[in-house]
Amino acid sequence: MSIKVSNLTKYYGNFLAVDDISFETKKGEILGFLGPNGAGKTTTMKIITTYLPPTSGTVQVEGMDVEEKSLEVRRKIGYLPEINPLYFDMSPAEYLDYVAALDGVPKENIKKRRDEMIRVCGLESVKGQDIGTLSKGFKQRVGLAQAMINNPEVLILDEPTSGLDPNQIIEIRNLIKKLGREKTVVLSTHILPEVQATCNRVIIINKGKIVADGTPEELQAKSKGESIVTLEVKNNCDKNSLSGSLKEIRNVNKVEFVKDTGDSFIFNIYGDKGADLREVISTRVMQQKTTLLSMQTKQSSLEDIFRELTR
Amino acid sequence: MNTQNIKTIYLKELKSYFNSPIAYIVMIVFMIISGFLFTMSFFQINIASLRDFFGSFFIQMMLFVVFIPAITMRSFSEEKKQGTLELLLTKPVDDLELILGKYLSALTLICITLTPTILYFVIILFIGPIAFWPFVTSLLGFILMSGFFIGIGVFVSSLTENQIIAFIVSVLICLFFFLLGKLLMIFPPSIVSFFEYITTDYHLSNISRGVIDSRVLIYYFSMIFFTIFLTKVSLESRKW
Repeated sequence: MSIKVSNLTKYYGNFLAVDDISFETKKGEILGFLGPNGAGKTTTMKIITTYLPPTSGTVQVEGMDVEEKSLEVRRKIGYLPEINPLYFDMSPAEYLDYVAALDGVPKENIKKRRDEMIRVCGLESVKGQDIGTLSKGFKQRVGLAQAMINNPEVLILDEPTSGLDPNQIIEIRNLIKKLGREKTVVLSTHILPEVQATCNRVIIINKGKIVADGTPEELQAKSKGESIVTLEVKNNCDKNSLSGSLKEIRNVNKVEFVKDTGDSFIFNIYGDKGADLREVISTRVMQQKTTLLSMQTKQSSLEDIFRELTR
Repeated sequence: MNTQNIKTIYLKELKSYFNSPIAYIVMIVFMIISGFLFTMSFFQINIASLRDFFGSFFIQMMLFVVFIPAITMRSFSEEKKQGTLELLLTKPVDDLELILGKYLSALTLICITLTPTILYFVIILFIGPIAFWPFVTSLLGFILMSGFFIGIGVFVSSLTENQIIAFIVSVLICLFFFLLGKLLMIFPPSIVSFFEYITTDYHLSNISRGVIDSRVLIYYFSMIFFTIFLTKVSLESRKW
């Protein structure tokens, strides 16, 4: 087990930030920590990285307790905090050298590690420039390079893609996925597609409690969502008789007339979970002697599950 | 205690002092003012004395009361504000190593600032006889006092992320320890000796006579240890 959290509770004064959570991660896992703002994601990460102590419960990293073996745990961990910790008057190269030295990277390896991180994170073009003058995307990459410089077993990333543009987000996600093959990555986010794109396990946390834990697919299957078909037909038919005919289909629970766009009608058809209604719908449309313009199916997404669980 | 970590932090801090204007301002202003004061006493009073220069010169001490907080105000405040304190405290570095690295770099900067005074000593040496020991002990006294003030400055800056607040509060505390010596007459005689002992002024004038009194060393070293201890407690207070 690379990280083992048991009955972790954290109070800030009287405020309960993390409420008795337990989970374990193993090597090769990219764990997405999902939750609304203030759910306790950052607090849990701060405890894993030894910055804050738990009020009760224990956290072990690579079998070592974060309180008893604090310094040893820190050697195994790479951490990118929510507020990217950069020195604006240093260049990325200087900054990475400094962090590597603090991380205890042997002197003779520092240059090699730094150059490797600069290459992996795509910082070659800015490595001599003051960090303060870099764009947000480059700053974030410097932060990631910092977290990985000691080649840690466990990588803790607090909102790693915040503030990046879509291209950079994809680059960073690919980087994380690559790392996740040999290491344990825990990343927090409130961007749902991010979890679907990068993580092979999701923990949804709300008000300090774990409300769901599983692979993105498992969570999707668990939800009580329905399959929804959005149908657009030409308006040369009787919308009531079409909607009546659609309602008769087995597995259809509800047909909703959305709007009349002027030359077409739009319907939402709600069916049972997992049912593929497209074929039978198109037959019914034909029977009404009208033209099918478009049809889209939507499975309930992680987004729906998230809203369901964290309301 | 890992001296390698202290060295890493020490060198980084020292470098960032010289990357910002503050180190140059402090050194140049000190050089100008102390040079002016030296030549004034030299030509006007016709004494080539360094004892006056260090021991009882009010202005020199006042300069340090302002300069040292100006140097130390950013040491932890800036790290707190930028979020880099979280970086440092989650690296395999002990809190004490971090504090010592920062403390020693500020002390080094002050020592560099004081080096021109050696030049004054050499000048006087060419002109007339001068007592060697009072000069050395005065310099030592000044360094010890700076060590104490730096301790205060580093501690105060660990309390706030606002550099201006860190500066003002440190100046006030340094001023208290310095000016208390000038206000001793307001205390009843029975406790004067206690207040006298806690002022820096008293110890500085003591040591500048050329004799190293153990009371002076005990005073400064215990004050320095105490401020470093307080800084450590302040860093740990995040865990409360």
